[in-house]
Amino acid sequence: MDGYRTATLRVNGQDVHVVFPTHHTLLEVLREECGLTGTKHGCELGECGTCTVLVDGEPVLSCLALAVEMEGHSIETVEGLQDGNELHPLQAAFADLGAAQCGYCTPGMLMTAKALLEENDDPSADEIRTALAGNLCRCTGYHKIVQAVEWAAGVARGDAGAGPAREALFGSSVPGEGS
Amino acid sequence: MTPPSSGRVIAPEQAPPDSAPGSRPEDDLRVVGTPFRRVDGWAKVTGQTRFADDITFPRTVHMRLVRSTLPHALIQSIDTSKAEAMPGVVGVLTGKDMPEPFGILPVSQDEHALCLEKVRFVGDPVVAVAALTEDQAADACSAVKIEYEPLTTIASVDEALETPEPLIHDYGDEGNLHKKISLQFGAVEDGFAEADEIFEDVMFYEGNTHLPMEQHAAVAVPEGGGRITLYSSTQTPHYVHKVLAKVLEMPASRVRVIACSVGGGFGGKSDIFNHEIAAAKMALVTGRPVKVCLNREEVFYCHRGRHPVLMHLRTGFTKDGAMVAQHLKTALDGGAYGSYGVASTYYTGALQTVTYGLPRYRFDSIRAFTNKPPCGPKRGHATVQPRFALEVHLDKAAERLGIDPADLRLNNLLPPDSITANYLKVGSIGLGACIRAVVDGSGWRDRFQALPHGRGLGLACGSYLTGAGLPIHWNHLPQSAVQLKLDRTGTVAAYCGEAEIGQGSDSVLAACVAEVLGIGLDDVLLCVGDTGLTPVDLGSYSSRVTLMVGRAAIQAAERARDRLAEAVAEKLDVPAGRLVFAEGRVFDSASPDDGLPFAQAVQRAEEKFGALATTGSYAPPRAPGRYRGSGVGPSPTYSYSACVMEVEVDPVTGLYRVEHVWIAHDIGRAINPVLTMGQVEGGVYMGLGEAMMEEQVFRRLPKSRSNALVHKVPSILEYKSPTFHEMPPVTTYLIEDPDPEGPFGAKEVGQGPLLPVIPALANAVFDAVGVRIDQVPIGPHMIRKALEDKAAGGEGRYGPKTFPDVDFGVPLMVPTPDEGGDGRATNTEEAGVRKGSGTMTDGVGKDSKP
Repeated sequence: MDGYRTATLRVNGQDVHVVFPTHHTLLEVLREECGLTGTKHGCELGECGTCTVLVDGEPVLSCLALAVEMEGHSIETVEGLQDGNELHPLQAAFADLGAAQCGYCTPGMLMTAKALLEENDDPSADEIRTALAGNLCRCTGYHKIVQAVEWAAGVARGDAGAGPAREALFGSSVPGEGS
Repeated sequence: MTPPSSGRVIAPEQAPPDSAPGSRPEDDLRVVGTPFRRVDGWAKVTGQTRFADDITFPRTVHMRLVRSTLPHALIQSIDTSKAEAMPGVVGVLTGKDMPEPFGILPVSQDEHALCLEKVRFVGDPVVAVAALTEDQAADACSAVKIEYEPLTTIASVDEALETPEPLIHDYGDEGNLHKKISLQFGAVEDGFAEADEIFEDVMFYEGNTHLPMEQHAAVAVPEGGGRITLYSSTQTPHYVHKVLAKVLEMPASRVRVIACSVGGGFGGKSDIFNHEIAAAKMALVTGRPVKVCLNREEVFYCHRGRHPVLMHLRTGFTKDGAMVAQHLKTALDGGAYGSYGVASTYYTGALQTVTYGLPRYRFDSIRAFTNKPPCGPKRGHATVQPRFALEVHLDKAAERLGIDPADLRLNNLLPPDSITANYLKVGSIGLGACIRAVVDGSGWRDRFQALPHGRGLGLACGSYLTGAGLPIHWNHLPQSAVQLKLDRTGTVAAYCGEAEIGQGSDSVLAACVAEVLGIGLDDVLLCVGDTGLTPVDLGSYSSRVTLMVGRAAIQAAERARDRLAEAVAEKLDVPAGRLVFAEGRVFDSASPDDGLPFAQAVQRAEEKFGALATTGSYAPPRAPGRYRGSGVGPSPTYSYSACVMEVEVDPVTGLYRVEHVWIAHDIGRAINPVLTMGQVEGGVYMGLGEAMMEEQVFRRLPKSRSNALVHKVPSILEYKSPTFHEMPPVTTYLIEDPDPEGPFGAKEVGQGPLLPVIPALANAVFDAVGVRIDQVPIGPHMIRKALEDKAAGGEGRYGPKTFPDVDFGVPLMVPTPDEGGDGRATNTEEAGVRKGSGTMTDGVGKDSKP
């Protein structure tokens, strides 16, 4: 077929055989050929970070990566984060804290955060912000995302005391009202 | 403390003591007030949530739109013959295929699914092409030939005033003015005569856009039986439903609209869009499912974002800082279509009265048509711009009067249970508590005007509706409704037309039902946002969902509870009034071991009554205003917010950094505190974006290249918005004082917290370096210029200097309640208010169809 390619992509630990137009990006092939619509698109120009997946463990903007270049590489998407029906600590923390509001930037945030935690299991808030600075979110104001990554890192380290601060859940105590 | 069943509570050990918000012992609430995982949280973190572009049906074809390359031109010819012959092409539509006009407001039916005779902005859609693949559709779009005859283009309000012809639209109040308003509440000039001081300001608020991460998408599916279903990323499935039926000229009963999970709305998906209608028509023509997903550039063209607004504010004060009279003039740059613009125009004046006492008030406004993407509602809908002006104006007044800005506001708070000069009925007001919280939290009393040069604190306040009091298509129907179906497993299915756009409306619905029936969140199964299956809710706009859906859900659940109680009371032989619904059981409060599991209670009731279903609905109370225009502004209750911001400004470069934000929000009660926190932080974030950097601006191409008005920045990279790095620490105070109108006392939180953030920045910059920036976004160059101006002996200000000279004619005179007014105007004829059409009261006074 002129203009088409076949390829075997390693996605979430499984080989997937796909046929796709040669110029299509990894984003398009994941969503349209692999049926993995968890990876989202916000600009298709590499500007928003929404489509981030992991390629050999590194965050990659799937809208800028050509699928033809992905053979022989290991690709991870949000659909591969769970362990069976158990949520990854990042997923659980994002869900609990409302770090996913509309949830559209969430898959990209989760994958970028996963790469960070694999490199650094106890990142500071600043390190989290720096790692995620290429991912835009319009809903949360980012704080719940930073808190969720901190919480998940604690859970992943086995830190029994990990959890959000009371202020993150209820707001700060109103001055003059005690407690 | 732990809710029954499986609703996941976050860190229950961190729940507050009983005296703290959300767990008041007298309320005995078990779900409401406790932070819980949002009911759609699991799907959102696993990739399971289906946004519109994630949906595909067998035989789906893909549609693209050909958009105008000129800002204002007559369409001379459209040649689609080449496109039709291209590989894979299955359908081509032009404006002639959908000649019926539409618009969100009955008074502004000025759009066509595809342009008929003229285009009005770069990006106006002209042709739709469907093909087997998106690539083929895009290729075919390139083969469409359109010939235009260019017309004079209008880029601004000033140009619209100077250029009454050619008309962008053949309707409107005057030339290229879409709308002109003049309202006067009370003897304003007498008020000014009594004033000790009169202050005047001219300010400008640049337009900006929603920038949702999700690009708009829709899938239209032709069904048997002459039906069509549209899946769309929309905040307002009910209004999309109405417009589809109108433009497709089909009975509404044959049209079904399903709101998918929306990947960010902020108001930007509350209009009806060309691509939604064109996809539906294409599906009917081709007999196949049709998918359309806009690219990011097209999202900028859809816009409907914040209006650029120029404002002139003149206020008379007593020397104690009380306002005695105010005259506000606003000029809105509306863009190419009406959209929500008539409502937006009124909203630039409507909520000036709900925060501080204002006995007499005049409001004049114009909205101009310009050849740019249409403006509409964005978070805080057109109250954000005048709030910026008012709060900066007050900061200046406080400085000149020698009064602390916090005290100026605290001394002049509108009392609770007031009727304002413009006839808004205001109930509970938590603003004083909000101001005190941020003042104390920020150390304002010690630090304001006391920080080193370059460092400053600014304070500002805001207020917002908890739901618009009137529907867009005025009627006496409920504005929200919930149906419950109880089955023998103990599952309660809740049906409601609300649209989850990320704000957590699904969780509010589930929580209200679970709370009343004493079951777990996971025992509530939701079916929402489907005009075919769910009762009408008007949609996710005007911060209406928590209150209106919540009230409807509580009513439906209470009716279900009564039925179950009657059956269980009979079974247990106890009075129904003694039964408690909690922890998944129905039991005797006098003997808690005597009871039935919830599922068995349902079975008993089903034995007694037959199949079980209940309904609940809500309509807001009637507002007291009876004058033309009084439909904009009323709300069941208003939320209040106060903000203190700390900023560090480099006095040489003007570069600045927001160091900390303290925000307090009058929430009434937080249904789910952690989601409430998310709304506050998200509102602060979006406000900071508008205050610091976001702007939707345009430039003209050279004459040699069409002289078109094009976006300066139709890309996410160039449209600057805050990243993780620009977001400062935020200290949030939730002020909880349950409001009798709200469900469990809740008020809105989705929009209000944005409002004070923007003026707080301008006020903080003044405290830091002593210059006034009277426009947003505040660029470092503005601060630098103002500093240079000050150094050269000037006033140390950057901003607009004049408001256009507009003849507003005779204002519509409405005596205030204090003057013995009854909410009616006294000079309707003299003021030249036309009967029948063209004004907002028609929009909120009767449906578009007689």
